[in-house]
Amino acid sequence: MAEPSASGRFGDYGGRFVPEALVPACAEVEAAFRVAWADPAFVGTYRDLLRDYAGRPTPVTECRRLSEVLGVRLLLKREDLTHTGSHKINNVLGQGLLTLAMGKKRLIAETGAGQHGVATATAAALLGLDCVVYMGEVDTQRQELNVFRMRLLGAEVVPVRSGSRTLKDAVNEAMRAWVAEVDTTHYCLGSVMGPHPFPWMVRELQRVVGDEAAAQCRALLGADPDLVVACVGGGSNAAGTFAGFVDTGAALVGVEAAGGAAVARGVPGVLHGMRSLLLQDEEGQILEAESISAGLDYPGIGPEHAFLAATGRARYESAADDEVLEALQLLSRTEGIIPALEPAHALAWLVRAARSGEVGSGSTVLVTLSGRGDKDAQQVMRLLG
Amino acid sequence: MSGVALEPALRARRDAGAKLLVTYMTGELTADWVDYLQVMVEAGADAVEIGVPFSDPMVDGPTIQEASVRALERGATPEAILTATGGREQPVPLVAMTYANLVLRGGLQRFAARLSAAGVTGAIVPDLPLEESGSWEQAAGGAGVAAVLLAAPVTPDDRLGLICERSHGFVYGVNLMGVTGERASLARSAAVLAKRLKAHTDKPVVMGFGISTPEQAVEAASEADGVVVASALMRAVLDGAGIAEVGDRVADLRAALDRG
Repeated sequence: MAEPSASGRFGDYGGRFVPEALVPACAEVEAAFRVAWADPAFVGTYRDLLRDYAGRPTPVTECRRLSEVLGVRLLLKREDLTHTGSHKINNVLGQGLLTLAMGKKRLIAETGAGQHGVATATAAALLGLDCVVYMGEVDTQRQELNVFRMRLLGAEVVPVRSGSRTLKDAVNEAMRAWVAEVDTTHYCLGSVMGPHPFPWMVRELQRVVGDEAAAQCRALLGADPDLVVACVGGGSNAAGTFAGFVDTGAALVGVEAAGGAAVARGVPGVLHGMRSLLLQDEEGQILEAESISAGLDYPGIGPEHAFLAATGRARYESAADDEVLEALQLLSRTEGIIPALEPAHALAWLVRAARSGEVGSGSTVLVTLSGRGDKDAQQVMRLLG
Repeated sequence: MSGVALEPALRARRDAGAKLLVTYMTGELTADWVDYLQVMVEAGADAVEIGVPFSDPMVDGPTIQEASVRALERGATPEAILTATGGREQPVPLVAMTYANLVLRGGLQRFAARLSAAGVTGAIVPDLPLEESGSWEQAAGGAGVAAVLLAAPVTPDDRLGLICERSHGFVYGVNLMGVTGERASLARSAAVLAKRLKAHTDKPVVMGFGISTPEQAVEAASEADGVVVASALMRAVLDGAGIAEVGDRVADLRAALDRG
């Protein structure tokens, strides 16, 4: 996938819609990242951390039993096996190193499900940085264990009580905090969203997922897969995955939560520093997304995904809560892998599409399993009664 | 309804030796919100900002957030706010304060025309910085609405020059690195930015964010042409202050600025 334009745009989407006070900070992050990403020493340190600390490369697992059930050849990119249990670690190690390179001492982050918060707290502990995580109050309740993890890692967790008290409000609060602390603090945004350069930078830091997977698929299949599927909230694991396959013949599918389907039901607008597709009413008030998965509970989508949808290079589908729970159980029982609720959306769509024949029998399919289900076990236990 | 043009009115007051007082009222915060706006004008505001609330107000602190939520819960829409605004002519300029998504939703030109039809002659959209505000400045200008730009303490000199050049109505100096809201004391960055802005432009320079008391207003206005007072007034309304009480507060600010 290409670099955005000088104004940070992917087609009509992206940009830098931030208050004047944050313009210099965004420009500083962009300049620092450009230097770092071209610097073999920085990239070398990042790669070493991915290998020795995060446990990369992660394997691609062929799912023999589930493949038989679905009539396809299913491969999983196992981001659930990374340290901290999701792809989020790839991004935070990069931004953590960048924070040091910028001479800053402190990280702030937003989190929904808590995975990005835990990952940021982890990177902060590893690199000796202070860390504050903003988390919607609703999410602190449904992801209590992750709140405890962050505190155990030495981070401060600030429950956000404004608005819908979920991920979008956590982003608002982190942006507000960043303005006041921008001298000393880097905002470690967790997805391919927000003002330029974040959508591009986070995609670059996640492209290791797609680059590894593309090589692994070729080794396993002798070819590229027919279909590449990933779940999308803001869209970082999907952007990283797609980056490895956009130049191949593979069809790309992003799966959103039905209650947060920005591509299907959103219209262009400006939120959190970016122009993208957003769930909003006719006046322009942002609507609250609703999903069992706190990580996909976001009324927008990263601007590059809006662009890929507009060009048709990727398409975006959605999965409803009940089929997500079914897919989660199906993978658990057939493969002994309990996925997080977020990637269970990608599987849920695949299950539906394979049953309906939309995905042809014998197709080769790569699904990015972006995180493991431990964090959701309690919630799933309640939901399944 | 044709409103009072923003920049000529503010220049005239400034050139007559007055310090400018800009107050703020969240549209549809109460059923009688236009009466609050009216009393601010009667008590000596030189212009009034009308907050058009957005669900995700990124530059606003707890007070304006609370006012926005309350107004939205009462069913506030840009249309309702502008209809009520247009229903009563004011002798001073009115300036909309809102966010990019509301401006963009129905199209820039339509929003600008709607403001103009309601007699609103200025607009502040804090999430449209220089790089993103070009088409909005054009649309607003075409409708006779002054697009006010903001400058921050961290804005470098070359950018400050561009902001002063392209801002219409006045230049809004943001006193501090932070969100709107009451503070115990005026930020030190306020005077520094005010001086820098005055060195760049002859347009009225009005400072805002964190000005709560008459003393802070006088201090903030000393290096600038005037001040915006918003959160402190909205805090009072949220806490139940009636129209007369808010009028008294604005009169106190006016008197303090006039004494200097």
